[in-house]
This record gives sequence, C-alpha cells and structure tokens, in this order.
Amino acid sequence: MQTNPNPFQMELLTLLSQDCRLPLEKLAAMLGRSMEDVVQEIETLEKNGVILRYSPVINWDRTDRERVEAMIEVRVTPQRDQGFDAIAKRIYRFDEVKSVYLMSGAYDLLLLVEAHSLKELAYFVSTKLSTLETVTGTATHFVLKRYKSDGVIFEGDRDDKRLAVMA
Amino acid sequence: MDYSRYINRSVARVPKSGIRKFFDVAATMPNAISLGVGEPDFVTPYHIRNAAIDSILDGETAYTSNWGTPSLRREIAYYLKNRYGCVYRPDNEILVTVGASEGIDLSLRTILEPGDEVLVPEPSYVSYAPSVVFAGGEPRPIPTCEDNGFVLTPEALEAAISSKTKAVILPYPNNPTGAVIERQALLKLCEVILRHDLLVISDEIYSELTYREEGYVSIASLPGMWERTILLNGFSKAFAMTGWRVGYLCAPAALTDIMVKIHQYTILCASRQGQVAAEEALRQGREDGYVDILVMRQSYDQRRRLMLKAFRDMGLSCFEPLGAFYVFPGIRKTGLSSEEFCQRLLKEKEVVCVPGTAFGASGEGHIRCCYATALDKLLEALSRMSEFVNSL
Repeated sequence: MQTNPNPFQMELLTLLSQDCRLPLEKLAAMLGRSMEDVVQEIETLEKNGVILRYSPVINWDRTDRERVEAMIEVRVTPQRDQGFDAIAKRIYRFDEVKSVYLMSGAYDLLLLVEAHSLKELAYFVSTKLSTLETVTGTATHFVLKRYKSDGVIFEGDRDDKRLAVMA
Repeated sequence: MDYSRYINRSVARVPKSGIRKFFDVAATMPNAISLGVGEPDFVTPYHIRNAAIDSILDGETAYTSNWGTPSLRREIAYYLKNRYGCVYRPDNEILVTVGASEGIDLSLRTILEPGDEVLVPEPSYVSYAPSVVFAGGEPRPIPTCEDNGFVLTPEALEAAISSKTKAVILPYPNNPTGAVIERQALLKLCEVILRHDLLVISDEIYSELTYREEGYVSIASLPGMWERTILLNGFSKAFAMTGWRVGYLCAPAALTDIMVKIHQYTILCASRQGQVAAEEALRQGREDGYVDILVMRQSYDQRRRLMLKAFRDMGLSCFEPLGAFYVFPGIRKTGLSSEEFCQRLLKEKEVVCVPGTAFGASGEGHIRCCYATALDKLLEALSRMSEFVNSL
C-alpha cells in the first residue's frame, strides 16, 4: 500500500531518519507543532508501514565481532504467475540475508549477506542458495571495507573546520 | 621606533572587534561549544566544489574580467530577476566582489567625501561603522530595540538625518538579531529615503535565509528605489560558501562605473575558482529549483524554532528572529551585562556566545547565539545554558 505523506510528515521523517532518538519535546519544537501532533503523526506513519523500525547505524568494524559481508548477484528463472516474488521470499527468509533487491540488468536479485566467517558464507552460498531449484547462477563479491552506508560516512574526519567565534 | 607617527589616526582610533577576545579564550578550551560562529555549518554542496576542481584541472587559472566572468554575471542577473524581481544588466550593473564585504567597502569609498554621514541601524554587523571611517565618513548609529522587532522605524530614520547624511545602510535580514523587514515597513522607510534624497546600501547577504511564507523583499524592487540602491549579496550564506569569498554588488551603471575603478586598482578580480563555483551554484539552482538552499533553510528553520522555545523556556525574553541564523535573547533579568553573561558562561559552562554590545551599544542586554551548529551540540549547549541561567 502506498501512502502520500504530507509536507509535515516528510519533514518529520527526515528528522527521524537523521536521529530517531531526539526527545519528543525537541522534535515538536523543531517542527513548530505540539507534542500530541507529533505523537499522532508518528503513530500514523507506523500504522501505514512507512516507519518500520528505529535502529542505529553501527560501524561493526570498530568492534571485535567477526563478520563477513558479501553482495551476491543471483540469476533465477521467474515462476509462472508469481514472477520473482516467490523466489525472493524463499531467499529473504534465510537469516544470513540482510537485504534483497530485484534488479534491472545482467542479473535478477542482489543480496546483501552477512555471516560470521568466510567459511560460513561459502557454505550458505553453496548449500542453501545455489541449490534452490529456480536459481540458475550466483556471483559472490566480498565487501572489503565500508566507507559510507545509509548516508553515514564511516571513515574520514568530521571535524568542524570553522573558526569558533566570528562576526 | 615610534610607529604612531606613521599610522593614520582615524584608523588607529577604530576599536578592534569585541569578538576577538572571546575567540582567544575559546581557542584554549577544547570542550567548548561555540554558538559564536558566523557561518553555515554545512560544507559547500559537493557539485559546487566539484565544478571548481574541474576548472583547476582544465587549467582555468588566469585573471577574469574586472567585473567577473560574463557567464557568472548573467547567472546573477537571472537569479535576481527571478527570485526578487530586481533587474540588473550583466554587462555594467553587476560587479563580482570578494565577498559582500568588499561591496561594503567599495560602496562607501565611492560615495563618501570627508565629513559625510552614513546612517547605520544597530545592532548590526561589526564592519559597517569601521568601513565608513576607513572611507573618510562619519558613521551615525541608529539604535533599534526589541519592542520594534529590531527594525529601523521611519521616525528613527527621519530623526537621524542631517544635512550631511548621504546614505543609509539597510542590514536585513540582520546579523546579530535575525530581524527581517516586512514590505510595508520598507515602503514607509522608502518615503523618508526619497524625501531626503538618500542612497541606500542594502546588505542582502542573508536574503535566502528568511523563514516566513512571503519570503524576502529587496528594497531595490520597490518603486523609485532601484536608482538609489546599492544591492550587496553573495554566496557565503545561501550556498555555504564563506571561504570562497565571492559576492556581488549591483547598482546603476553611473555608480558601478566608478566603483569598478577602485576594484580594478585594488583587487583586480575575485578568485577565478570562486567565480566558477558560484556560477555552478546558480546554474544548478536554476535547474533544480534551488534544492541546495531549500534543504539548508529547512534545517536552519528547525533549529531556529528549537532555540527560540528553549530560551523562552529558560525564562529569557526572546524576540522571534525570522531571518539569518541567529537568535538574540534578552538576558537583562539575570542582572548581568551582556559582556559579563558571555564571559561567565564561557568560563563556567564552556559555551561561547557573543555579547550583543559587540554589534553596537543598543545590543546591551542581549547575546547573539548562532544556531548553525550540529543538533547534538546545540542541545548540549542549551542544556548548559539553562543550568547557567538557573544558577544565577
């Protein structure tokens, strides 16, 4: 279902996408609305499935958690009546699969897959993914380094380069 | 060696900017949060930076015309006409300057004879009065106050005019108060200006940062004013391009014809890459409806509302600023002078604000807080300021 957010909702969504932990009171002040208004709009957006989850952007490379990520291109045979949706569903149910996109171009589905080790990821591709009957081919690209994700720059300096006091 | 006999006395008499000492103290405090900045917290949009890089790689390293590149002047002409209804010919009525600051200096040096007076509504940007002195004129401050929304009234203007008055500076949207001037109020000022045959130097550098439905009104677009207005604007605030130092001055050819002589002999031209970047800013804006500006303005507007509410919640009087990126809360009820307030706030809570008096005597009782700072820092600064005010 598609909804058509009004300008106020769009502004609210932009603010939440930058920092969803902003206190309600500050959010209301910034939007020039009452707290009740903001609560109600957020509820509407949640109910309509526009807002799905509130989650932080995490740079896992700064932790010691072992983690391997890969982008996997998948070519499939679309099924009668269901197109790509049925096979996409088969694939996205695996916990290892973090994102699934239907793509235009040389392949059909693009997966972002995450595992604890290279071995685990290879195991997933060879025994779970490529054995699905409609999958005709895969190409796995390992992520070496994440520079920017969801609009957030992971590496690089974010210092304020301005003079502290200026007329 | 006694240098004083070599130094021009009127220049020596001009006091240093009151902002300087806060800068020196703040520089020694790594955890200080500064609301004392005077520029956007955005970096120049990437496509604009890229245009300048391309220009360097293409070897565009030579001087430009004294007036600025013809293509930039054409973009400026289009922008002013479509955005504000101000019509200037790109060939001889638009001069590209090193920031709007050069425009202030050029205007004053072009029009002033020794002893001529220039009216300067205050509080306002720190450069006006010194620039009048450097140009050999006499600045005449006109105080404005919170009750009038820090806007120059026709009565105050009328009362300040003498036989020596040559021009009035119109600093709106205003730094430090954030005041804007409405069309009706402008029209009333125009009557006085016309009656006394004054020139207007309109500093419109914050024109794009106006937070009201009807947008910005330039005095040059009002009846009878084009021929007596020197319009100053630039790219620093609208496109987050302070360090590029590119602005422009628009005026009737009879004036620009003289101004360009000073510009030609002292500056030669604004930096080539700055001009290339400025042209990209306007060209892209013309195509995408000025998205760069819209995004930044919305973000400032959110922070503006947040600051206003926070200061009012602290129990401080706070006039609603509808322009620029400053809030100018009143701190009289604390019993401190604006200078004392800022010094103690810096020492006790490591938050930098600028005393209102840095912008003229009528700024006493107020402090300037710039909200062009990251939201998390703003929230932290506001919470420290609230603690400070409660501790008094």
